[in-house]
Amino acid sequence: MGFYLAQLLTGLANASSLFLIASGLSIIFGVTRIVNFAHGSFYMVGAYLAYSLVTWLDGGILGFWFSIVLAALLVGVIGLVVELIILRRIYHAPELFQLVATFGVVLIVQDATLAIWGAEDLLGPRAPGLDSAVRILGEPIPEYDLALIAIGPAVLLAIWLVFHRTRWGVLVRAATQDREMVGALGVNQAWLFSATFILGSFLAGLGGALQIPREAVSLQMDLSIIGEAFVVTVIGGMGSVSGAFIAAVLISVLNAFAILIFPQISIVLPFVVMAVVLIVRPYGIFGRPGSEHGGTEDPDQPLRLLSGKGAMMLAAAVMALALSPVFVADFTMILLVDVMVATLFAVSLHFMMGVGGMVSFGHAAYFGVGAYAAAMAVKLLGLGMIPAMLLAPFGAALAALFFGWFCVRLSGVYLAMLTLAAAQILWGVTFQWQDVTGGDDGILGVWPAAWASSDRVYFYIAFALCIGGIWALRRAAHSPFGYVLRGVRDSRIRAEAIGVDTRFHQWMGFTVAGAFAGLAGVVFAFSKGSVFPDALGIAQSIDGLIMVLLGGIHALAGPILGAAAFVLIEDWVTRLDYWRVIFGGIILVIVLLAPDGIAGGVNRLMRLLRRDAA
Amino acid sequence: MTLMRRTFLGAMTALPLALTAPAQAQETIVLGEVNSYTRLPAFTEPYKKGWQLAVEEINAAGGVLGKQLEVVSRDDTGDPATAIRIAEELISKEGAVLIFGTFLSNIGLAVADFAQQKQVLFLASEPLSDAIVWSKGNKYTYRLRPSTHMQAAMLAEEAAKLDAVKWATVAPNYAYGQDAVKAFKSELTKLRPDVEFVEEQWPPVFKIDAGSTVRALEAAKPDAIYNVTFGGDLAKFVREGSLRYLFEDRAVVSLLSGEPEYLQPLGDETPDGWIVTGYPPEQIDTESHKAFSAAYEAKFGELPKTGSIVGYNSVLAIAAALEKAGSTETDALLAAMEGLQVSDSPTGPFMFRAADHQSTMGAYVGKTALVDGMPTMVDWTYADGADYLPSEEEAAKLRPAE
Repeated sequence: MGFYLAQLLTGLANASSLFLIASGLSIIFGVTRIVNFAHGSFYMVGAYLAYSLVTWLDGGILGFWFSIVLAALLVGVIGLVVELIILRRIYHAPELFQLVATFGVVLIVQDATLAIWGAEDLLGPRAPGLDSAVRILGEPIPEYDLALIAIGPAVLLAIWLVFHRTRWGVLVRAATQDREMVGALGVNQAWLFSATFILGSFLAGLGGALQIPREAVSLQMDLSIIGEAFVVTVIGGMGSVSGAFIAAVLISVLNAFAILIFPQISIVLPFVVMAVVLIVRPYGIFGRPGSEHGGTEDPDQPLRLLSGKGAMMLAAAVMALALSPVFVADFTMILLVDVMVATLFAVSLHFMMGVGGMVSFGHAAYFGVGAYAAAMAVKLLGLGMIPAMLLAPFGAALAALFFGWFCVRLSGVYLAMLTLAAAQILWGVTFQWQDVTGGDDGILGVWPAAWASSDRVYFYIAFALCIGGIWALRRAAHSPFGYVLRGVRDSRIRAEAIGVDTRFHQWMGFTVAGAFAGLAGVVFAFSKGSVFPDALGIAQSIDGLIMVLLGGIHALAGPILGAAAFVLIEDWVTRLDYWRVIFGGIILVIVLLAPDGIAGGVNRLMRLLRRDAA
Repeated sequence: MTLMRRTFLGAMTALPLALTAPAQAQETIVLGEVNSYTRLPAFTEPYKKGWQLAVEEINAAGGVLGKQLEVVSRDDTGDPATAIRIAEELISKEGAVLIFGTFLSNIGLAVADFAQQKQVLFLASEPLSDAIVWSKGNKYTYRLRPSTHMQAAMLAEEAAKLDAVKWATVAPNYAYGQDAVKAFKSELTKLRPDVEFVEEQWPPVFKIDAGSTVRALEAAKPDAIYNVTFGGDLAKFVREGSLRYLFEDRAVVSLLSGEPEYLQPLGDETPDGWIVTGYPPEQIDTESHKAFSAAYEAKFGELPKTGSIVGYNSVLAIAAALEKAGSTETDALLAAMEGLQVSDSPTGPFMFRAADHQSTMGAYVGKTALVDGMPTMVDWTYADGADYLPSEEEAAKLRPAE
């Protein structure tokens, strides 16, 4: 009995930590509709600041708690700065675009933290006065865990009081439900958003600071928490603080008991729980319909067929690429293959997001399944390169068909998070199922056939498959099927009214996008010679997302420009020390100069030039 | 039309020849290096300093084969695919004669496979995975650092001397952790058939739920614990474990935890008397090590860490291979690497076994302790890697046929 109680209390203590960071994320999303990747960075900075303050003050119980609160307040100020100088300028950008900016912030914070605090993990002191364990039913329970168990609900209560007993809190809740109406009633939105951001960042910083007595402060803290924080937020329902609390308790307590029975489960447990919750309750536990989308925006301009001049320019660019092996060194061809793979991947994601209106945070799943299907066809079935290349995209299509069926039942951020859950579950299976997938040691020796092993020949294979794939997706976007997809995206109700089976079309769109992502994965697998679970990891999904959003979601050229820019800039900056700051800085500059993405920025520039010429 | 196409194709094939610059006379020997500098700076920074020092010393002494060594070093961002692209660039653009480096096992494996495909020598400096030299070993890949199997075997030898019969293991849930537990189990069972493994915990790497893991271990009431967690996970595990009295009256055997990279962050919470593999830089008083340590401290203002030794020894081994080969051609280098002796290094002499391409560089086995408030190792001995490897015939059988 005592044992299970102790395990429960351990789970509850973890739940408090998780709740603090998730609640901030949820509040920020609820009001500003920003998917804030930088939230994990705020958490990490909170921990580092608290470490420095606690060790510097060294002031007993009072000094410790003062340092924790001060660290959290400082993080609140950092959040305010980020909001003021970056996010405030791009609130009117297309849905989710702000996510790119927060990604830039993540990169900058990573390098800044490394520069300030160094690479080594820092183990802070235990909490004074709470530095040992008490026996409960004979089981030792750390006193600090008990403190955390109290702090979580106390913060929840404080937030509830602020939200229900102050004018500001009422406005925040109103804005979470309908921010246009709040704006129309004359509330100063800029001020409301800033205050929300301060509160959210403060909570992230507090969550990080409170971790000091439990774990070493390290540079991995930001990325290791952000996934779970999103999961908790989504399970609870975006924008719902009490939902986040219940979700945090659910995940943490389940994990505490699950590892007793099946220790390996920890890798995927949160994502499995999220998938189940979303399938049963499409808006999370306490979410409301309407909480899934970003702010309203101008409807998309209809896609136009290329003008004569545009078609000629495009043909010239493709020709130049086709002839590039004549002019460039071997190595550059390798880089160009990477660019083409990334471009096809981004275009397939754009087909889903831009054309189909389904945001995906887990598109790498289908890229990875394609890559693994090719590798396994070669290694397990003994197929040659060409049959493997033809077969593998169908593997990706099948995976997309399966997961797509669940995903298209949701919309907006919830759909995106279910795709993430699907990707993470697939990743977990790949990672764990060593006998078949090789686990994290991957599958080696997936090289092109002998006749295709020269860089030049493989370049043309990649060229044919990638450019062909991009062309096919472009064609599909302009086909009747593409029209229907866009119609469903812009108005599901009207599409249904004219007799379109909206879900079926979205499902098929999802599958097509998955198949072409798989094709990109196939080309990738043979160009690298080996496949690892990273191919379907979160980082790969995020990269694709950034490429699409950075390029501009409203134009078919967007993902192409975004992918090329992303790969080439990354290849260039990683040669430099502290390249993450530079890369993050470049992203922020692009974001601020072109809130409609690179394609939008280029378009505006062209219009400007044309007008001047006229 | 046909004629035109022929002419055009002909021109196309001729062009690359025209554009190829004449090979330049080499004043330096370029070594390609790739590692996870931004992903894992805590381990790769000391490593980088180590090879920088070695290159500087060798060049000051006149270089190798009458030429200066030049290392072109790149960050793989922690991604195997990026590492492959960089390796390609190092070979084809920078003119590197070989590649060394990598920390993460999957990146080590990816680059090893690349080396085989492109027929270029790869010295895997840091990755611990047994697969690199055994199940997925290849002709072009050698590995310097004592492997997971070797370090686990060193610990199993010490563990066998304990009275403990019931063992529990805790290891990060990926190939390294799995290999480390498997090797320890098999080596310990060989020495002590009476031991019994009563509990296994597999927390995700860098995401340990330490409280629950500690509770689960405690529930099995083992006599001793074998730990493979490291870095931030280790700190959490140590803190939660000592808070909950997990380590009271229990022996703990812990892989790599004596390495300064992992031990120093524990500060005054360093557990007392854990049996570990590691490296106590301030205590080793061989001539070679003192010279190395002094030069390192003078240059960087800090004591060397395990990574520093690995980086330093990597370049020593490469220089020895180049001298022995008398050339920078891959075939000559491969021939030189077989059985290559490195007669003097800070950790003593070591060699590369011809049968499985593993070096015999060893590790230090001892106990953790706080001495004058500083975490360190006591009662340590140097375990020569050669003693913890299967015989060359057995090892050759572990490798795929060539």
